[in-house]
Amino acid sequence: MTTQLLLVQALNGLQLGILLFLVAAGLTLVFGVMDFINLAHGVQYMLGAYLGASLAAATGSFWWGLVLALPAALAAGLVLEVLVFRHLYARDHLAQVLATFGVILFLNEGVKVLWGAAPLQVAVPPLLEGGIEIMPGLQYPLYRVAVLAAGVVTAGGLWWLVERTRAGMLVRAGATNAAMVSALGVDINRLFTLVFAFGAMLAGFAGVLAGPIFSVEPGMGDNVLILAFVVIVIGGIGSIRGAFVAALLVGLIDILGKSLMPDLMRLFLDASAARQAGAALASMLVYVAMAAILAFRPAGLFPVRAG
Amino acid sequence: MAEPLLRLDSLRKHYGGLAVTDGVSLDVLPGEIHAVIGPNGAGKTTLIHEITGVVAPDEGRVVFAGQDVTRFSLPRRVRAGLARTFQITSVVAGFTALANVALAVQARSGSSFRFFRPAATERALNETAMQALAEVGLADRAGVPAGALSHGEKRALELAIALATQPRLLLLDEPLAGAGPEETERLVALLTRLKSAYTILLVEHDMQAVFALADRVSVLVYGRVIATGSVAEIRSSAKVRAAYLGEDEA
Amino acid sequence: MLREAWLPLVVLVALGVAPLLGFGGSYETTLMARAMILGMAAVSLSFLVGGAGLVSLGHAASVGVGAYAVAILDAHGVTEATLVLPAAIGAAALFSLLTGAIAIRTSGVHFIMITLAFGQMAFFTASSLAAYGGDDGYTLYSRTELLGTRLLENRLAFHYICLGLLAASWGGCAMLLASRFGRVLRAARENPQRVEAVGLAPYPFRLLGYMLAGAMGGLAGVLLANATEFVSPATLSWQRSGELLFMVILGGAGRLWGAILGALAFVLLETWLAQQMLHWKLVFGPLLVLAVIFLRGGLSGLVARHHG
Repeated sequence: MTTQLLLVQALNGLQLGILLFLVAAGLTLVFGVMDFINLAHGVQYMLGAYLGASLAAATGSFWWGLVLALPAALAAGLVLEVLVFRHLYARDHLAQVLATFGVILFLNEGVKVLWGAAPLQVAVPPLLEGGIEIMPGLQYPLYRVAVLAAGVVTAGGLWWLVERTRAGMLVRAGATNAAMVSALGVDINRLFTLVFAFGAMLAGFAGVLAGPIFSVEPGMGDNVLILAFVVIVIGGIGSIRGAFVAALLVGLIDILGKSLMPDLMRLFLDASAARQAGAALASMLVYVAMAAILAFRPAGLFPVRAG
Repeated sequence: MAEPLLRLDSLRKHYGGLAVTDGVSLDVLPGEIHAVIGPNGAGKTTLIHEITGVVAPDEGRVVFAGQDVTRFSLPRRVRAGLARTFQITSVVAGFTALANVALAVQARSGSSFRFFRPAATERALNETAMQALAEVGLADRAGVPAGALSHGEKRALELAIALATQPRLLLLDEPLAGAGPEETERLVALLTRLKSAYTILLVEHDMQAVFALADRVSVLVYGRVIATGSVAEIRSSAKVRAAYLGEDEA
Repeated sequence: MLREAWLPLVVLVALGVAPLLGFGGSYETTLMARAMILGMAAVSLSFLVGGAGLVSLGHAASVGVGAYAVAILDAHGVTEATLVLPAAIGAAALFSLLTGAIAIRTSGVHFIMITLAFGQMAFFTASSLAAYGGDDGYTLYSRTELLGTRLLENRLAFHYICLGLLAASWGGCAMLLASRFGRVLRAARENPQRVEAVGLAPYPFRLLGYMLAGAMGGLAGVLLANATEFVSPATLSWQRSGELLFMVILGGAGRLWGAILGALAFVLLETWLAQQMLHWKLVFGPLLVLAVIFLRGGLSGLVARHHG
């Protein structure tokens, strides 16, 4: 493994981390504010990817696809909130897990009906084709750099929104004490709906960005969902800062693990066995990390609630 | 003088810069009711946490029946004979009153790692549990789900559960909190009955009740015990009046 | 409690006589076997969820460990039940003990997530077992033998073995919950602080309960591998864990036997819908949502209500 390859993989890891953060941010806010487990958050990411892909194909422009997909993802989030999630806020986590599991089944099948089971390909927009030289003689795809930048800017914006605005103040207060916010005369249900729709849009945004990198296919949200859950649990549920740190950590662990583990295993095993064992260990690595972190810090790295 | 059953030896606990218990020392003698009183924020809750093992003190020791239990968990302290009740009633709402007490009896008698026989039909457990219920006047409510009992009855049930652990010391955390005048009267009568049979450490807001029940009283203010003595001594102590009742020392 | 449980008893009896009433064909028995085996897994999960209050989203992993134990032993020529069963159940119990030791330190949503994470670890491990089929799964050479006889190959014998073990799982879990051990578990589900205050630490009780449920899941896994003569990582997927949880809730988490009804209803509904249309999940998903929103207390709750 050369330093150059390592650098590329580290960048890939950060970029996966950024996408995970965009998905996890909505998830952690929804969970923190409403105490609501939304397994369907992953399919909202998938929906974003599909909307972006087909709107880009229809308009002939990735950018129009992006611009149109965001409100569409927001609307989809609103529809789901009104039809399903709203009726589950007062229920226990188990009921929430199951009902949102039903939404996953429906939407995964729904995109198969609408777009077919075969993966869609999304072209990188012409503006961002090619690569840039990040080190002498080392090219890195421009699009991925753009994704990283877009993610960092969004993260910054989100931080500003949550830490510096009145709406954000309410969201943070709601995460620690919903009854108190309610008592202050804020319409907590409207706040919930807004946070929810906003989270759905962020996930959709991540989906659109992911389109040209990963294949757009049914079920693509499931793995991202699980990783996003790992992220918010590691980061501390409800914490944007925690989600950011944990997302980058998980992205790096996942990508670097997948590229380093097989090589590492070759120190002990022959080539083919090393490849298999390495791949298995690499897939497990983030879960091992999560178990280890929870074993020592049951409330995650940046716990929001005291106690 | 008899060896104290419970000895708190300069317990100190800081949260940040604030000393919540600032070197609390206190003895509970066998057979007495020792009451701890103090204004809000005096550190009573933290003190109870330290005695029961919820919070570990930064410094100091908790010695119970000659044994240093400072590092014991709550269940281990209970097994050693230090039973407690909670300020906010804590019962298993879905269990009957009898099953609530029987749980405590089974914790005391033999192993709870028994898998075959239905616990509800174990006569030995139920009989002992009924005795504890009778002791607090709940014998006729044995089959009622704990969640359906009145507030005062839940209080009494909690006492029965504590008694069923065969404690050497009862730690009662504001047993009268939230009780109406009638319930208070009944609970005070109940505590008076228990007084002859048990050693009790009573943490309570209700002054009248404390003065009626306690043999000795310790006054906790800002994390320190400023006075310990008989009810009469505490009543007439100028220091206590000043700190506790907010009167001028002069 | 038994008076209320007439429906599951009727269901068990119906499963018992079904093969004698013309439902003994390969298709019907395969379907019933699937329902009974998933019923066993669901009952053991209901013991955890409804009894101990441990909402595991990784229960399919213990089923999968049991199933993979059969596959791995099969690949090495070991198919004798007296060896396979203890090995499979032991492996599932050990897996649950080790993962439970960490998971049970957490609670609430963290517990749900950490059991999910352990399930995913098991899933990826299974996917990487290239010698046993990797992603594609592994087809058994033969079903497990009992003392050298090919009893499990017999359709009827297998049917009644599944039925017997399902009834035994239900009875076993009910017995555990009623015992002293189960009383501690139930009390700790409602009020762990109270359990501590009578001198018992909930942790060892929960861990043992988690391990026992895992062992029962492993047993279901052995039967599942034998029923399909095939094992794949899909057996351990988190979606399967979700389905098991759904069976428990559909049946009603407050009653163990609800899980049997839930599993049966789930398998029948799934099979029927899949026959009606290609994209049956379009209907199944919303049905699941509706069931959660409107069917509080589950099917067993409905039954119990009608019998006031």
